[in-house]
Amino acid sequence: MAVLAVALGALLQFSLVAFIPGSLRTGGFTTANLRGVLAPQYLRAIGDTIVLAALTTVLTLVAAYPVAYALARTRSARLRSLLLVLTLAPFFTGAIVRTYAWMLVLGSSFIRWPVKLLFEPAGVLIGLVHFSMPAMILILAAAIGHIDPVYERAAASLGARPGRVFRRVTLPLSMPGIASGSLVVFAWTFSAFPTPELLGGGRVKMIANVVKDLALDAFNWPGAAAFAAVALAVTFALLVVVGRWLPREAA
Amino acid sequence: VIGRLLVAAVVAFMTLPTVVVVVASFNPTAILSFPPEGLSLRWYENALTYPQFRRAAINSLIVTATSALVALPVGTAAALAVVRHPWPGRLRAAGRGAPGAGRGAPGAGRGALEAVLMSPLVIPGVAAGLGLLIVAAPLGLLANPIVLIAAHVVLVLPFVIRSVAVSVANLDPMLERAAASLGARPWRVFLRVTLPLLRPGLFAALLFAVIVSANEFVVSLFVSTRVTEILPVAMFTYVVNYTDPTMAALSTLFIAATFVTVFLADRFLGLSRVFQIGDHR
Repeated sequence: MAVLAVALGALLQFSLVAFIPGSLRTGGFTTANLRGVLAPQYLRAIGDTIVLAALTTVLTLVAAYPVAYALARTRSARLRSLLLVLTLAPFFTGAIVRTYAWMLVLGSSFIRWPVKLLFEPAGVLIGLVHFSMPAMILILAAAIGHIDPVYERAAASLGARPGRVFRRVTLPLSMPGIASGSLVVFAWTFSAFPTPELLGGGRVKMIANVVKDLALDAFNWPGAAAFAAVALAVTFALLVVVGRWLPREAA
Repeated sequence: VIGRLLVAAVVAFMTLPTVVVVVASFNPTAILSFPPEGLSLRWYENALTYPQFRRAAINSLIVTATSALVALPVGTAAALAVVRHPWPGRLRAAGRGAPGAGRGAPGAGRGALEAVLMSPLVIPGVAAGLGLLIVAAPLGLLANPIVLIAAHVVLVLPFVIRSVAVSVANLDPMLERAAASLGARPWRVFLRVTLPLLRPGLFAALLFAVIVSANEFVVSLFVSTRVTEILPVAMFTYVVNYTDPTMAALSTLFIAATFVTVFLADRFLGLSRVFQIGDHR
């Protein structure tokens, strides 16, 4: 853990020192890097990042809820295992394999996509939703699992239709899971790297891609550090919110 | 019924890319056609003989094995400390949520200790990677696999701690006390009672460590060179530069390995227990 702390400390320090082009050595204290984050050419990346992260969160939430509900409520142990393995396996297949797979799907010639998806924001969005799904399903399933089915049965026995039971009982009671799942997915997506790097094909850039371009291609470590520090700050702020204001059952 | 269709649609969405990759890997031509025009193993041959993949595979084996071997004892110690130690109030941590754990402190906030131990899960990969790069460069450790291994240890620790903590929380301390009261020394109690009882958790932890480390990409990209790079980094470079289905073949091997491991894990451990889903009230 100390390794990580030192690394992040160095990162923050670097975000505040001057970049000397063509050299890995750095100059004195400056806030130019942090101000550079707001340069016009980067504002688009920041804007795209926020929009993509928000859309990913909403779409993932909507798609994950039914699966999480089935996972938490099914009585069949076999179905639960099947759903878990199918939704979790991609979680463990690694970002590169999954992203490459989407490159094949989106770029293939035998599926006629009505619009171009590969190397476009829409393609990146699909990849991000796919990537965030397992985490969202797990968080939601845990939250729904904590709701005593007695409440739902009580509402139904009092004459509420299934739709109404869901809207008035299940949904409100699963709010903590919804909130914490959304924040976690947003925070993850905000600093996503491989998905926009490969599915965006250099045309869609999110914050993490700017960090990589600056650090590994331009060797502007201070500039990259400033961007990474921004991503870090946003992630931390969101997770503090998750930790502070949400009941612990949600996590 | 609508609900079932929805679930099926989402599951289809989740599995579609996997299916396409597998189909593409057996396709005889470089350009994907459907239905496939035949079966071919040429991309597998390509993948297995490409020198950079071989080198990266060996690196992966070394990095994954070493980091798992380091993370397992460290993580087990951390899990025992987190669950067993009488932390004052809000420090009480990772075992919470597991049956029987943290019952004494309902509603206590997330512990600071847990937050620190779990932080690698949420810290952006580019931030951690770049930070390590900045630290390693002036120390002359850039091309050194030690940095890579250290990074992997830190990244897999949360998974190890989490898995072991569930087992620790389920372990009845009475069994250990019984052993001690019959005259076993602390070490003997630990080796003969505690460790064997923790076996499922330790096994799960090892599994997670291997899977997470074998698939780690972002941090590794920052702290490895072409000589030390691990398989996911080599795969990334390949995808960026070439478009033939060699990657599909390698991906299929990866996916197969992962599916087998996850399936075995579910078989022997019950994934729903590890992730605390389902009716365990």
